[in-house]
Formats: sequence, structure tokens, C-alpha cells
Amino acid sequence: MRSESSAGRLTRKDFLKMGGGALAGAYAMGGLAGCGGGSSSAPVELTLWAWLPDFQAQVDMFEKAHKNIKVKLVNAGQGEPEYQKLRTALKAGEGAPDVVHVEFQYIPTFKQIDGLADISEYGANDYKNDYAAWTWDQVSEGDAVYAMPWDSGPMALLYRKDIFDKYGIEVPTTWDQFAQDAEKLNKADSGTYLADFPADGGWITGLAWQAGARPFEVDGTKVSINLDDSAIQKVSEYWGDLVDRGVIASKPGGTNEWYRSVANGTYVTWPTAAWGPVFLEDIAGKSKGKWRAAPLPQWEEGANASSNWGGSTLAVTTQSEYAEEAAQLAIWLTNAPEPTKLYTTKQFLFPVLNDLLESPEFKNQKFDFYGGQAVNSVFVEASNNVGKGFEWSPFQDYVYAQMEEQYGAAASGDTEYSQVPENLQEKVTNYAKQQGFKVD
Amino acid sequence: MAVEQGNQAGAAPPEVKPPGRAARNRRLRRVVIPYLFLLPFLVLFFVFLVLPLAYALGISVFESQLVGGTVFVGADNYLRAIGDPDFLGGVVRMLKFGAFQVPIMLGLALLLALVLDSGVVWFRTFFRLGFFLPYAVPSVVAALVWGYLYGPDFGPFAQLAERLGLPAPDFLSDSLVLGSIANIVTWEFTGYNMIILYAALQAVPSELRDAGAVDGARGWQVAWYIKIPLILPALFLTAVFSIIGTFQLFNEAQILQPQAPGSISDSFTPNLYAYSLAFTNQQYEYSAAISFAIGAVVVVCSYVFMLVTNRREVGE
Repeated sequence: MRSESSAGRLTRKDFLKMGGGALAGAYAMGGLAGCGGGSSSAPVELTLWAWLPDFQAQVDMFEKAHKNIKVKLVNAGQGEPEYQKLRTALKAGEGAPDVVHVEFQYIPTFKQIDGLADISEYGANDYKNDYAAWTWDQVSEGDAVYAMPWDSGPMALLYRKDIFDKYGIEVPTTWDQFAQDAEKLNKADSGTYLADFPADGGWITGLAWQAGARPFEVDGTKVSINLDDSAIQKVSEYWGDLVDRGVIASKPGGTNEWYRSVANGTYVTWPTAAWGPVFLEDIAGKSKGKWRAAPLPQWEEGANASSNWGGSTLAVTTQSEYAEEAAQLAIWLTNAPEPTKLYTTKQFLFPVLNDLLESPEFKNQKFDFYGGQAVNSVFVEASNNVGKGFEWSPFQDYVYAQMEEQYGAAASGDTEYSQVPENLQEKVTNYAKQQGFKVD
Repeated sequence: MAVEQGNQAGAAPPEVKPPGRAARNRRLRRVVIPYLFLLPFLVLFFVFLVLPLAYALGISVFESQLVGGTVFVGADNYLRAIGDPDFLGGVVRMLKFGAFQVPIMLGLALLLALVLDSGVVWFRTFFRLGFFLPYAVPSVVAALVWGYLYGPDFGPFAQLAERLGLPAPDFLSDSLVLGSIANIVTWEFTGYNMIILYAALQAVPSELRDAGAVDGARGWQVAWYIKIPLILPALFLTAVFSIIGTFQLFNEAQILQPQAPGSISDSFTPNLYAYSLAFTNQQYEYSAAISFAIGAVVVVCSYVFMLVTNRREVGE
């Protein structure tokens, strides 16, 4: 007799086979059930990438107003990190959200790689007149609409009133006066500077915008590059001269050291965007009540030009499977009165909607940090004076990286500030040509 | 566990089993099972190393433009890399960096290992852990902390200098930045190398040390004539690791860049250059070619180093 045969008894192998079969069966059934349940009554699920703090409240408002749409809010990083993820997803062909938080200056860049959907077919143009004209310019091309304006950053000057008073400095209305004030201040106290001039691409572009620069003109695959035009040259030389004379600092911005310098009065003014005041409150708590806002100094006596730094939009990506609902989401979040009113009081975004910009409630809101000044009205004025016709390049990260490198090199003395625009022009032109653009 | 089946009375001859199915199965299992153990590693190795390398190699012979899509360009990217001043500048910078930083770091590691091994130190474990601790700090955190320490306005060295009335040293200026980064890397990896050398020292037979002591050799003589020659293989191992690591320098440069945009450009190190080509310039294919070029440089340098050291070993 052989040893016990396995006939008639469950062996481990049999058990595994049965278990496997059962599992497989369950998967198949479950899968089918999932597919089967996808009837038209199931809610549409959208993914929204945005870095606005405390945004869930407004997203919930949207879900309440649109019962058939569910929104998953994801903070995929602020600015550059999110753009890298978006670019990776677009290149991979999957993984991009339905609606994404994109700043104005990056719209042409993502349009170039076919990442932004044209939502004019879903009625976006109906809302055109609700928004400040220059913001609509930035998101549209003819009748096509690639994003909905969300918030903006018109530029003005924040300054320390107490230090101005201490040294007898008047608020400068022209850049000439600003230069004189800088010298006067630094002579009185060599450790204090009227401002810092960091190698920040976005900020310097904002200043150049105010001076009348129009570095890019994009027409399909033709791009006009004028990074060495007279306005940019003027701005570079003006600030370069002040830095070389030692009356303006040239430390990198956005670092811990910079925040501390602003907080303790080493830098007495900050030409900045409309999101600057709240930002300043966060980093310079000690100097509460001592700051004020004023319009940017002008290049010409009596002018009132301003520009924009930052500001963002909500755009629908070309990977979205529910473009119509995604467009609804983008439009509602940037246009409906309920959430948009909340942006100004909860997250302190500077509005792009004409209703809010003109509302007395918004303009007259007093800020303790600014000694009770109605700071918003200064920036509303600036918003009305933002220069028209400014365009961004379709490769803005490259431009910013080059600006930071060149102005950084100038700050450490490796090159002259007056030489920077020419260097930028050369580098960016070569890059554009290499990427297949027709440059003129 | 086959139980002897023969229940027959009488002689049950010890069977020499012919290679029947059971035996063949056993042999097959013996050969296959080790590979099954290796399988998890092999899968991960293939998916996360071989496949991406193959993909990178594949795209490096193309060029994609923002306008015009992707074109096959053959070895163009590599030829461009060879003549690219940004890439070559980065390589030269790393050679300069390595020529100073690696000997200093390994010398320090060797010294510490010898001192710990010599037995004159109390609390050896404490010191071993202490020296190794910087390696346990993630390099991103280390770079951030050192960035603060180097701060020209509020860093501790700057504050100390101010107290003493001296001008604050600008550690991240053009002339000093390479040295400052070398300092961070040395701080991070000396302990790691020290542990490797210390372990090698443990393998030195005690009879040799005793023989040396009997011959009247003093501490440093024992170290120089007995211990070091015996741990040369370990020393060369750490040197090759350090050479490879030098050319891969990335974290410290990238973290410190916002604080020193004038000193640390996007092509400061070859690895940083490859990164910014991909993520800032969107030139993915050229970035892949640069990555392989870096690999080639590393292979050449390692090979040269091993040639030189082998010859010396044979010569002595």
C-alpha cells in the first residue's frame, strides 16, 4: 500500500486554488458592479489643484450649489512645485487635475504645451465684463478663453511711516525722488536701506512693466523678444546705480534673512503687489501700526502708471474628462458672489471682479496693521492703472531662471547691472530659437 | 521526509535511487529557490533602475522642441554635451571640489577611526555614535541648517563677527561658496566613512599589533606601518564612493541656491544642470544625455583611480 493518497482530503493546494478562485470571482463581480453603477445619476467627480489656504469652505459652497458635482481639493504645492507636477502629468498623458491653479504669467507657458482647455464653448465669454479688463486680456485670445481670472497683484509702495518721519523723508512720488530719499536715509544710518533689490524675476518684471516694458509678443509660433528695450534698460540701470552706490541693498529675497530684515526695519519700503500687505502682516508682526501704503513712484512727474505682480487664475486642463463641469467649477469659484466676497475677507485675495473693486465696503476697509489706513483703495487705484498689453512668454520659467541668474550675478559683482538686459536678450533669444520658435 | 516504505520481511536493499522525478524536482528546487529569494530585489532593481536607464537612453537620442515636436537626432545631444561650457564648467568645478574635499574628509575619517581603535579613548561607543550622527541627518535638513548658519546677516558666525567688530564673512560669496559646500559635505560624510574604516580596523589581527608593540613601535608607528597598509582596500573603497558622490552633488547646491543666486547658478554642479535642463528648460532629452555624460565621467574617474591604486599596490 502506498502512503495515504491525497484523494478525498483537502490539501493546502486545493484550498489555495479555491480561495484564489473565490477572490477572482469576487473581483469580477465587484468590478462589474462598479461599472454597472455608472449610470447618469452618479455624481461627476472633479479634481481641483489649488494652494489657496482654507479653500475647502468655498469648495463646499460649490458642491452645495451643484448637487451633481463632487470636488476633490488637493494642494499640490505652491507655484513652481505644482507647475512641475502639472507638466509631468501633461507629458505623461494622465494624472492632471480637471481644474488647476495657474498664475497669470504661466498661462502662455501651459498653453504652449497644450495643457489648457478653451472654455469659451461653455459660456465663459458671458462673464467677460465682470472682470477687470486687463485680467481678461491675460486669459483670453480673441474669443478663446483659457482661464478664469481669480485674484491679482497690482503694485504699490508699502513704507514705514515712523522711519520716514524720524529722518524727515517725504513719500516719494517719482523714482528720482526715491533715489534721493535712498541716499539721504543711508547717509543718516548706514545700516538701513530704503529698499532691497533682490534678484526676483517676477518682481523685477513688475517694475519693468510699470516703466513701459513689453518684453514679449507672442503670435502662435512667432515670438518677439525685447528684453533689452529701453524700459528694462532704464530700470536695470536705475537700481544698479543705487546698489553700486551702496544706498540700496541687493540681498536675495524670500529667505529667512530677508523676512527678518523687513521685520526689523533694515528695509524701509517694499514696492509690492496687493497681496503684499497681508503677507507683510505675517512676517513683520512687531512693526504693527507703523506701515502705510502709497502709489508706486512714477518715472514721469504726474503720471500714475502701475503694473501687476502675480495674481492667479483657475484653468481647465485638456486632460479633463468632464470639461463642461470643470468649466462650471472654474467659473463659479471665480465669479459667484458667495465665494468671491469671502476671498477678500477670509484669504485676503485682491479681487479681479469689477463689482468688488468698486464696492465701497472693500475700498474703505481699515487695516490696523497700517495704522487704520484703507489700504485697499490704494491698490484699487493701482489696479485701474495697470499698463495694458503686457504679454508673457511661452517659456516663462526659463526667463525667470535667467533673470535670477543674471541679476544675482550683478549683485555679486560678476557683471554690470547695465549689461544684464543684453545678456538676457541673448540667452532667451537663443533658447527660443532652439525650441523652434520664429524669433524677430 | 520519505518514510521507508519497504515493509517486506527480509533484505530491503539500500536503494540507490535512479534520478527519478522526485530527485530531479529536488535539484530543480535547489537551483531555482535562491533566485526566488532574489526575485523581489531583481524586480525592484529592474523596474526602478534598469527601465528608467533604458528610457533615458532611449529619449537621449531625440530632441523635442516646444514648437515642432520630437525629432530623432542620434548622437547630437552627446556631441552638444561634450562642447557645452555649462556642463564642462560644472565638471571642472567638481574635479576641483573633489581634489580637496575627498582627501581631507577621508584623512579625517581615517584619523578618527585610528584614534577610536587605538584604545586610548574612553566612551568609544558614544564617540562612534556622535561622529556618525551627521550622516543620519537627511542631507536636505543639513543643507537648510547650514544655510542658516552661513547667513550673512543673522547667522551665528555673522553675529559673532559683529560682536568682535570684524566684517561678517560671506560664506556664500563666489569665492567661498565651494569651500562652504565642501564643509557641509565633509560634516555629513566623515562619520560614515569613519565607520567603514573602523570596521576594517577591527579585522586587523591583534597578533600583528602585539608584534609591533613588542618591536617597540609607538602608537602612530603602529598606525602608519601596520594598520593603514592592512585597511588599504577599505580606504580605496571609501575613496571610490566619495568620487562617485562628488559628481552627484546636488542637494546642498539646490537648497542653498535661493540664498546665493549669484554664486550658485543652475549649472553649478553637473547634476543640478541636468535637473534644471529638465524641469526649468523643459529640455528632457538633452537632460538625459547630460545624465549619461555625467555617468561616463564618473566611470572614467573611478577607473583611473583604481588603475593608479592597483599599480601602487602591486609596486609595493
